[in-house]
Amino acid sequence: MSLTSTERGDPSAAGPDEARVGDAGRGRPAGPVPGVPRRGLAYGGMAVLAIALMVLVPMFFGTFQVNQIGRFVCLAIVAVGIGLAWGRGGMLTMGQGAFFGIGAYVMAMHMLLSDAALRGPDTLPSFMVLSGNGELPWFWEPFRSGTVTVLGIVLLPALVAGLLGFSLFKRKVKGAYFAILNQALVAAVAVLLIGQQDTLGGSNGLSGFQSFFGLSLADPLNQQFIYLLACGVLVAMVALAYWMMRSRFGELLVATRDGEERVRFLGYDPAGVKTIAYMAAAMMASIGGALFVPIVGIISPTSIGVAPSIAFVIGVAVGGRGSLFGPVLGALAVAWAESSLAQAFPSGWSYFQGLLLILVIVLLPGGVASLGQRFRRRRADSGNGSTPDPGTDPAEPAHVPAPKGTLT
Amino acid sequence: MSVTDIDSRPTAAADQTPLTTPAGNTGLAVRDLTVRFGPFTAVDGVDLDFAPDTVHFLIGPNGAGKTTCVDAITGLSKATGSVRLDGQEVLGIPVRKLARQGIGRTFQTATLFENLTVLQNLDIAAGMHRSRWSLLGARSRIDPAIDEALEDTGLGHVIDRPAGILSHGQKQWVEIAMLLVQRAKVLLLDEPVAGMSHDERQATGELLHRLKRERTVIVVEHDMDFMRQFASEVTVLHQGKVLSAGSVDAVTSDPRVQQVYLGSGPDAEAEGNQPA
Repeated sequence: MSLTSTERGDPSAAGPDEARVGDAGRGRPAGPVPGVPRRGLAYGGMAVLAIALMVLVPMFFGTFQVNQIGRFVCLAIVAVGIGLAWGRGGMLTMGQGAFFGIGAYVMAMHMLLSDAALRGPDTLPSFMVLSGNGELPWFWEPFRSGTVTVLGIVLLPALVAGLLGFSLFKRKVKGAYFAILNQALVAAVAVLLIGQQDTLGGSNGLSGFQSFFGLSLADPLNQQFIYLLACGVLVAMVALAYWMMRSRFGELLVATRDGEERVRFLGYDPAGVKTIAYMAAAMMASIGGALFVPIVGIISPTSIGVAPSIAFVIGVAVGGRGSLFGPVLGALAVAWAESSLAQAFPSGWSYFQGLLLILVIVLLPGGVASLGQRFRRRRADSGNGSTPDPGTDPAEPAHVPAPKGTLT
Repeated sequence: MSVTDIDSRPTAAADQTPLTTPAGNTGLAVRDLTVRFGPFTAVDGVDLDFAPDTVHFLIGPNGAGKTTCVDAITGLSKATGSVRLDGQEVLGIPVRKLARQGIGRTFQTATLFENLTVLQNLDIAAGMHRSRWSLLGARSRIDPAIDEALEDTGLGHVIDRPAGILSHGQKQWVEIAMLLVQRAKVLLLDEPVAGMSHDERQATGELLHRLKRERTVIVVEHDMDFMRQFASEVTVLHQGKVLSAGSVDAVTSDPRVQQVYLGSGPDAEAEGNQPA
């Protein structure tokens, strides 16, 4: 172990604060980013996901099942965000239902307003005729416009998550406390919605949609279009997550997860880093919620409360929170298992769900995505006899998953 | 690392040296530093002067307040008094701004990002000198400062390994390399050679002396042998106060120091002199 003793100028003073904006032209080329799938693998996986959902599913399943799978796809969009915030950022986002709800209710308001406008000017959504005071609540007004609706779906959750996240992370709220606060947030949102009988349909929620941006929902072709749209959005979100994971921000996020104080000593603000990831996750949850409404046809507080928020997390945990495709596949699988098992054992599902979460956290903290890697390592162990050197295999993502045995 | 790289660099560095020597580089001046934990005063009115181009050792028995001093200077513990870097007051400013001012530190137990590779660790450390927007993209090239720091610390061969699997000594060197790429002017190292083998200590000491050029290197250390060999300046702390300060010879011959620290018994003296 020798240290080179080449006498040389001060490396820390390499140039009088020259602008180090990009990397272009400086230094030798860097290899692939460690800890994330290589580009070919990632884009290949996205293509496979797109073909499976957008070609194979409509080919082999009937309208009803495609619609079911469309619902799973919406939940998978939420899962991509949780994977980013929890798997990469260590923030156990147990309250994504709140952001899912923002997107869903904004979309539902817009769809009901469009339906009412089709029936005639100054017509109220039908549930308001029964229970309202004959006037449109002020916060419905902006969502007459499709553009405002789309902007609202993306920006509102980002705003809420930005304010909430920054104030929590600045106060160094983390771990279980952060998770509990998220649960409190979603519980509060559900209570608030139930109280809004006149303006948001209370516990019945909003339903009875007839059109989606001018497309009649009665037409199966339009239904299929919305399904394909959801699938396209899912793939786009996976691509966005991949970009974030691969970027220097993604590395900094993992660093913040593993050593928040250390990041501070390197001149960064960990609260800012975490807030951005939390905002991205909130935005994805909101988009998932917005697409959920035209596919399922109803949004009510029961779909966004405490239990659904935990269910979002379970799918991510099962699939592998730190990996790129794990959250998507886990969410799809758990949602599918729910819809088929809940039919067979309506009362048993929630116990099974809880058991699943405990088993994964205890036995397989990296989720199913870490199985292949475990298997490979075991084979390497038995093959060499001696301890393998994980550093010698560049393909070995030994350092990908979240720390073992912890929730956050 | 190609041969041409190595050949071309010394001249380039020589060209830059006069430009980059900070005109008012007067090191770190600590005045009346006091840290209280409730009724207990851990550091009691300490004055310290850390000059550039020195390896300054901070020694003292357990509980003397060495690490607390470093914590206070680096913003980890609340303190009163004054800490001036090149004449500018830095006490009380947030940790991340302090890092950008050029004060960097290591910890007793290495605190690398264990799930990231050595390159990723160093790249994050180098990031404070990049534009914020660079966070949006992936790393396409390796910052030459990283290669230089790796060469300085002899870590080139582990660049792609996860930091978590490195040996104890290698982790400390990665920490030092991180301070280099973050272009710290003041390096505070908390027990950098604890748990290292004799050869590793030797190599680390030599490294510190190469690094001291235009930097202030401050080392908190227990190992007396290491201190005698590599200190250019020593301050002895005892019960939160400065007991003695000066060259190695002056400090080790100070009777007060011998009493509280070195001369607490013939055993301690013998232990200190034993080659590791």
